[in-house]
Amino acid sequence: MIHPIPPGTRDVLPEEMRELRRLQNALLEVFEGRGYGEVATPALEYDEVLARGGGRGDHAAYRFFDESGELLALRSEMTVPIARLVATRYGQAEPPHRFCYLAGAYRAVNPQRGEMREFIQAGVELIGAPAAEGTVEVIEVLEAALDAAGLGSSVIGLGDADLYRELLEELGLGAEALDAALSRLAAHDLVGLEQELESAGVAAEQVAACLALSQLRGGPEVLEQARAQGSAAAERAADRLSALADALGSRTGGGRVQFDFGLMRDLSYYNGPILEVYDPALGRVLGGGGRYDGLMRRFGVDRSAAGFALNLERVHVAQIEERRRGEGDR
Amino acid sequence: MTPPLRVAVPRGALFGETLDVFDSAGVDTAELRGGSRSLIFETSGMTLVTVRPSDVPTYVEAGAADVGITGKDVLLEQSDRPVYELLDLGYGRCRMVLAGRVGSDRLGESERELGMMRIATKYPRIAERYFESTGRQIELVEVKGSVELAPLVGLSDGIVDLVATGRTMEENELEVREEIVECTARFVANRVAHKLRAAEIDDLTARLREASQK
Repeated sequence: MIHPIPPGTRDVLPEEMRELRRLQNALLEVFEGRGYGEVATPALEYDEVLARGGGRGDHAAYRFFDESGELLALRSEMTVPIARLVATRYGQAEPPHRFCYLAGAYRAVNPQRGEMREFIQAGVELIGAPAAEGTVEVIEVLEAALDAAGLGSSVIGLGDADLYRELLEELGLGAEALDAALSRLAAHDLVGLEQELESAGVAAEQVAACLALSQLRGGPEVLEQARAQGSAAAERAADRLSALADALGSRTGGGRVQFDFGLMRDLSYYNGPILEVYDPALGRVLGGGGRYDGLMRRFGVDRSAAGFALNLERVHVAQIEERRRGEGDR
Repeated sequence: MTPPLRVAVPRGALFGETLDVFDSAGVDTAELRGGSRSLIFETSGMTLVTVRPSDVPTYVEAGAADVGITGKDVLLEQSDRPVYELLDLGYGRCRMVLAGRVGSDRLGESERELGMMRIATKYPRIAERYFESTGRQIELVEVKGSVELAPLVGLSDGIVDLVATGRTMEENELEVREEIVECTARFVANRVAHKLRAAEIDDLTARLREASQK
């Protein structure tokens, strides 16, 4: 007798579970070894609390009323619940706070595209450490986690969440045109971006510079190329990224890091450095993160914060693919 | 070892011009022109895979192809697929339009008397977004082919469809009432490939830009 489960969800059987558990343990060992204590929060929260995360892509998609009429939601990621936890439980405690998690999250995706409605995130949050050092520490933990997962070819793309808002303001865009241009950038629609900038009256030369900037990604050479675009905002972003890279270089060598002036995260609560994780064995992004001081403020805590989350199942797939490629099978 | 860059090439209406642009960009397409039943071609240090235009975003989003070419109409209809749109190639120009029967005011009558129009289309999301953004209500009928037939037999009051030359519309006694958006061929890339194979993709983008401007 067949009893279906909703599309985009799945059962895990012992063979895979053993591997997933091994991967979880390896990651947990890295996190705990660096002082990140594991926390669990409820999968169900008040919708009002999750909505404080704001933005387009991050708001919970599965909502329902409980027996007393309260609107509840399934969390779509873990950063907002942890911000809630820190504000509520650690409001008076001396920072910094280091937390890690391995937890299910829920998103309304189109399951016919090979994405899951329920998936497991593995990540850390560092709250209340001085901003620059905190970001470096989080990237260090991420590098160690990727090593522990055996993803030797993975790459961490490092960008700046404030760059384009500053740049577009510098180009004199009004609020509406600025949002339109930002959403084109977030979708990485260069043709649309060019049209938006042109119709906002930006000079052709500056349009070209903005488009070229969004295509700069690679080693330290792109920092210089970004400075050469002749915008104060790009210059500042390059300074911020190069300071971060220097701090990182003296700690880990930062061999996995690639600079990316086109990086935009979907979540609206980031400010300062943002990151994404890629592996050549997989066409989808493995995870991401960055600085989110603004989110903490929305929960009434004025502290800098940074973190990342990896999609555990995708890390597992990349692990298997890398192993296959290592064996010379394409 | 890094495998060759994999490029999704659209079969169908964009096929010929896409091959022409590739030729000018220094990619040898002789094999693809040979009428071979093959779907995968190794040429000029790349792997070209030929797929339906509407499947290009699927292959590129998943990373089964690193880059690809498809129409803006396809990208608009599948705008939930996060692929990077790098270049407007300029060819394959056509218009997405609202059309009705020549000499008939069915569209207007329905709107006045029923408060909504019945629209048949192969592009349900583009149609929905367009009417929503212009503050009108429609009843959408999705069909898979020969959408021109729908208003002739009373399935719908009008259609939303692509027009290139306008011949098909003319032959079916349909006329353009409103223009929704102009569409051309676009060069798109997978998010991860765009980051990890930056040099190769930038090089191909530059060559295609130059070739498409000839």
